[in-house]
Amino acid sequence: MSEISLAQQKFLLTQKKHRRTVTISRMCIFLCFLGLWEGAVRLQFIDSFFFSSPSRVVLCAYNMAADHSLFGHIGITLFETITSFALVLIFALIITIILWFNKKISETMEPYLVILNSLPKSALAPLLIVWLGANYKTIIITGMSVAIFGSILSLYTSFQSVDPEKIKLIQTLGGTNYHVLTKVVLPACIPSFFSIMKVNIGLCLVGVIIGEFIASRQGLGYLIIYGSQVFKLDWVIMSIVILCLLAWGLYSLLSRLEKGYQKRMS
Amino acid sequence: MEKLMEISHVSYSYHSMQGETPALSNINFTVHKGDFLAIVGPSGCGKSTLLSLLAGLIEPEHGSILLYGQKLFQKTSGTIGYMLQHDHLFEWRTIEKNVLLGLEIQKKLTPVAREKVYDMLKTYGLYKFKNARPSQLSGGMRQRAALIRTLALEPELLLLDEPFSALDYQTRLTVGDDIGSIIKKEQKTAILVTHDLSEAVSLGNRILVLGKRPATIKSVVDISFPENISPLERRNLPEFKDYFNKIWKELNHDE
Repeated sequence: MSEISLAQQKFLLTQKKHRRTVTISRMCIFLCFLGLWEGAVRLQFIDSFFFSSPSRVVLCAYNMAADHSLFGHIGITLFETITSFALVLIFALIITIILWFNKKISETMEPYLVILNSLPKSALAPLLIVWLGANYKTIIITGMSVAIFGSILSLYTSFQSVDPEKIKLIQTLGGTNYHVLTKVVLPACIPSFFSIMKVNIGLCLVGVIIGEFIASRQGLGYLIIYGSQVFKLDWVIMSIVILCLLAWGLYSLLSRLEKGYQKRMS
Repeated sequence: MEKLMEISHVSYSYHSMQGETPALSNINFTVHKGDFLAIVGPSGCGKSTLLSLLAGLIEPEHGSILLYGQKLFQKTSGTIGYMLQHDHLFEWRTIEKNVLLGLEIQKKLTPVAREKVYDMLKTYGLYKFKNARPSQLSGGMRQRAALIRTLALEPELLLLDEPFSALDYQTRLTVGDDIGSIIKKEQKTAILVTHDLSEAVSLGNRILVLGKRPATIKSVVDISFPENISPLERRNLPEFKDYFNKIWKELNHDE
């Protein structure tokens, strides 16, 4: 390690430069956007009543943080999202295992799953609220309804794509279907399970926000819909910014988990 | 010699909505203890089907397969070991966990059994890789690990389904030599399926020649080489060529 050839040094240097350029460009876009927005409002090219401004958003967040109402909204949205995400994972896994064990059930259910998966789930939300009432449980179920059918379908596909020869190996070692599931299918599907999780955390957030739009007195979705009704655009834009941060945070948490798994496996 | 397995009048067909495809028809042969039987035939003639039948993974449509005079059923898997074309070592397990897989499934993972597996790993030069992942091993080492996984269950009969076909030629010769010697040393009975005639001649002591689908046994050739000669050394003896040519003729006879 002590002796690095000149060519290697040069290569490392170019790589480092490349990464730095990308990072700086990213920051530039962000700062330019903020600057243009703030400047346009200050010079009265656009109306801050409709378009808010970065400083107003920060001030609004600061005020709401000071009276603690902000944390309540973030907390409830986060709670609903994570709960529905966890429930989606558990139910998707259980249902997929049942489908995998029984070909009759899986073939029977297939068209229903496909239809439910392609249905725009926001259409279901009003119905769910009428049936289950306007409370956080309904919102969790709305969040689940967006993600669960797709999760089952993709998980089932990855179960199916396990090498049949590997399954034969378990049989030659005297294993039953249960062994095939626990020794081959589940471990082989962990990588696709991670990518399914990464897709679904975003979908759950979408579902929860839809639910909050129509049936909530709390949460970021409520802030957005209420803010737009009373022309408090600061609230709306602040909530959208926080949602961006939440989505990014949850996604990178899962990415980190995935990286940790990959590292352990090599 | 003691009769280990008796196959009589076995036939098998595959069924699909498009129709029926006969794969094997009226197969008869006997396997004695200590035999190394090689089965050759054109590709797609049903050799692998035959092994699946012998392993008890599928049931014959007609005829019977007797193991020690008793009907074969799926849970005999302790006495029959099966080695597939690819090693299928699981990347999410270490080499140690991979070779213990069979014992783990059959709930036979006792300290004694584990110790035996460690001994085999040591004998065949894999012990220091026991915590490595399969991808860190060479093709030949992986194939040896796969054999140890099969031998861990102490089978009396080993079924080898073209276990060297995924290796490059160089490795293939050495691994064939390796595995042939291991099987001899552990005193196992083995049935090898292959389409490589020289592999069959270098390893087997009896060769079954199968015809085209639906496969029937065309002929049986007994192979005899001086004792204690390795598969690789067999290839250099003059008899080798004669056997090769004989089987070659049998295979291409009347077509």
